[in-house]
Amino acid sequence: MTALAHRNRRVGLIGLLIVLAMIGLGFASVPLYRIFCEATGFDGTTQRAKSDDAPGATGLIISVRFDANVAPGMGWTFGPEQETERVAVGAREMAFFNAINNTNHPITGSATFNVTPTQAGQYFTKIQCFCFTEQTLQPGESVRMPVVYYVDPAFATDKDTKNIPEITLSYTFYPVDQSKTRG
Amino acid sequence: MTDTTANAAHFQAHEDHGHHHDADHKPGFFARWFMSTNHKDIGTLYLIFAICAGIIGGAISGMMRFELAHPGIQYLNHWAGVASPTDPAALHLWNVLITAHGLIMVFFMVMPAMIGGFGNWFVPIMIGAPDMAFPRMNNISFWLLIPAFSLLLGSTFVSGGTANGAGTGWTVYAPLSTSGSAGPAVDMAILSLHLAGASSILGAINFITTIFNMRAPGMTLHKMPLFVWSVLVTAFLLLLALPVLAAAITMLLTDRNFGTTFYDPTGGGNPILYQHLFWFFGHPEVYIMILPGFGMVSHIVSTFSRKPVFGYLGMAYAMVAIGVVGFVVWAHHMYTTGLSVDTKMYFTAATMVIAVPTGIKIFSWIATMWGGSLTFKTPMVWALGFIFMFTVGGVTGVVLSNGGIDNYMQDTYYVVAHFHYVLSLGAVFSLFAGFYYWFPKMSGRMYNELLGQLHFWVFFIGVNMLFFPMHFLGLDGMPRRYPDYPDAYEHWNSFATHGYEVMAAGMAIFFINLIYSLVAGPKAPDNPWGEGATTLEWTLSSPPPYHQFETLPRISDDHGH
Repeated sequence: MTALAHRNRRVGLIGLLIVLAMIGLGFASVPLYRIFCEATGFDGTTQRAKSDDAPGATGLIISVRFDANVAPGMGWTFGPEQETERVAVGAREMAFFNAINNTNHPITGSATFNVTPTQAGQYFTKIQCFCFTEQTLQPGESVRMPVVYYVDPAFATDKDTKNIPEITLSYTFYPVDQSKTRG
Repeated sequence: MTDTTANAAHFQAHEDHGHHHDADHKPGFFARWFMSTNHKDIGTLYLIFAICAGIIGGAISGMMRFELAHPGIQYLNHWAGVASPTDPAALHLWNVLITAHGLIMVFFMVMPAMIGGFGNWFVPIMIGAPDMAFPRMNNISFWLLIPAFSLLLGSTFVSGGTANGAGTGWTVYAPLSTSGSAGPAVDMAILSLHLAGASSILGAINFITTIFNMRAPGMTLHKMPLFVWSVLVTAFLLLLALPVLAAAITMLLTDRNFGTTFYDPTGGGNPILYQHLFWFFGHPEVYIMILPGFGMVSHIVSTFSRKPVFGYLGMAYAMVAIGVVGFVVWAHHMYTTGLSVDTKMYFTAATMVIAVPTGIKIFSWIATMWGGSLTFKTPMVWALGFIFMFTVGGVTGVVLSNGGIDNYMQDTYYVVAHFHYVLSLGAVFSLFAGFYYWFPKMSGRMYNELLGQLHFWVFFIGVNMLFFPMHFLGLDGMPRRYPDYPDAYEHWNSFATHGYEVMAAGMAIFFINLIYSLVAGPKAPDNPWGEGATTLEWTLSSPPPYHQFETLPRISDDHGH
């Protein structure tokens, strides 16, 4: 029976190793999923431009709708200056959002963003955005925040996106707890 | 199916003369049932546990059915102890009920009965082993379920945000389960899942080791009974899927309690990631619940057709194929989360592929019966009921697998009908089939045939009345997870509630039969099913000796499938 016990222990330990590997994979999926979304624009993840130049306007005109939200209880008013804009695919465009701190204490916020339809995320390229950094608003302060972006010309040729007439760019501001570093 | 009767019978005669006294020496009551390391006793404990959990989970579904019998809120506010039917506490109670019903039936009824109960009882016997590879770990596996179940039941008495209890659904999606449910109830439910998961993982390692290392001489993998194959595949699914759930819900816990933001966009997390992780576990989980049923039904159909099962190797590898493909179809639960058309196309196609090995199994069962000498004893009618129900559920599954159609069907009662046909009717029918099939072997007494047949027909009519109208409700757009609905849905909802009453009457017959047979059933012979029952458990006495196969049986190899 000792030989059997030895073999049993071996198979049991291999089983345990598989379990530990799968737990590791479960946790590893967090950075892997983020990298995957950033690389492919999966789930409406937008792209960040590597240079300040846009590729230049093409003939295709689409409309871009802007949406702005604030986390419940944050005490900011946040909205786009223009609800929709007609833009040429490939052209460098600029949009403005206004944020007001309605409270009597300074609040630092950070904006998350995504694009719908999600297939368009990989072609929505931001050159400059208030969402790249944290924004601090003093009591009662109002700021005008720009986004500089272009829609990649490949948008017009991809079979999943070429028939999309309108892209929605959505932001949500969340308060940032200053004592913590961001995860 | 392996014909081991002759050799094993010879072995048994030897055991009866030489070791009977030692083999049947049992420890005292407390040591036997509370510190058990005997696979048959632990299997019995699992079955008792599963029956108790099934009563609780079934009673909860009764509460839900009675609330749904008519539009408006009739009972929830009374049960929650509040005056207004629209009080958030009353509506939260509904969420608690659906959550508890799902978690109890999946983790504390089907899994313990299939794997812990019948798996523990019959895998070692069927492969000719004296016990499981790690008997003391087997004990831990069972006893982890008790604190797990206690935590889940206890969570209903502490705050879960809106009111008492965890109201997150069995999927525990973030952000409802994180920022949406303050209070300790959801933490307790998550810890309950951790413990139940640990229990299943230990059990899976135990089964894999037992099946790989402790088969009797001559019992090659390709001669193993199909039930053992099904438990082997199930154990691998558990081993690969449950740790991912453990990781996912651990991150829920840290998001809830320790300020991490794995699923919180505020800190760069993504709630959709939780859904991916959950369904990477959740889809294999549905196969975990049904595969052992496939194994049992194969034996029962073969036994009562008096023929070896048709296409043994095809049956075994169909289960392997279902297990493998089951890991790459998870996002068909997430068609409405914004997947691209190509992604949906892949998951639609991959999901439909599963219909191929499943079809192999259905047709092989039919081919096993074809030309067989059929007898329609209780286990056989349950097995036939299983095949019918599972096929209905499988067909609606193919409908739902279409990404386009699912946009309409997502979260409607059509989905509820689908998964209850494959699980509540499929898995549960196979559990009853296995229970009646092995009851004489486990208890040493015959069940009452008339009551068994009556149980089947009443239960069969009841569950079909209960679940078939849900297809109509779903096609008409009734969403799931709500306690109230527009008047237009009333007819089929009250019809379904009457179906529940019929089903409950069927369960009453089951319990009468169970108690009557345990007390006054006639003594069962070693093999009550005749020459069709060829696996090793039928060569032992009924019930088997406390320790079997201290001398290993030899499996002949002069036998073709």
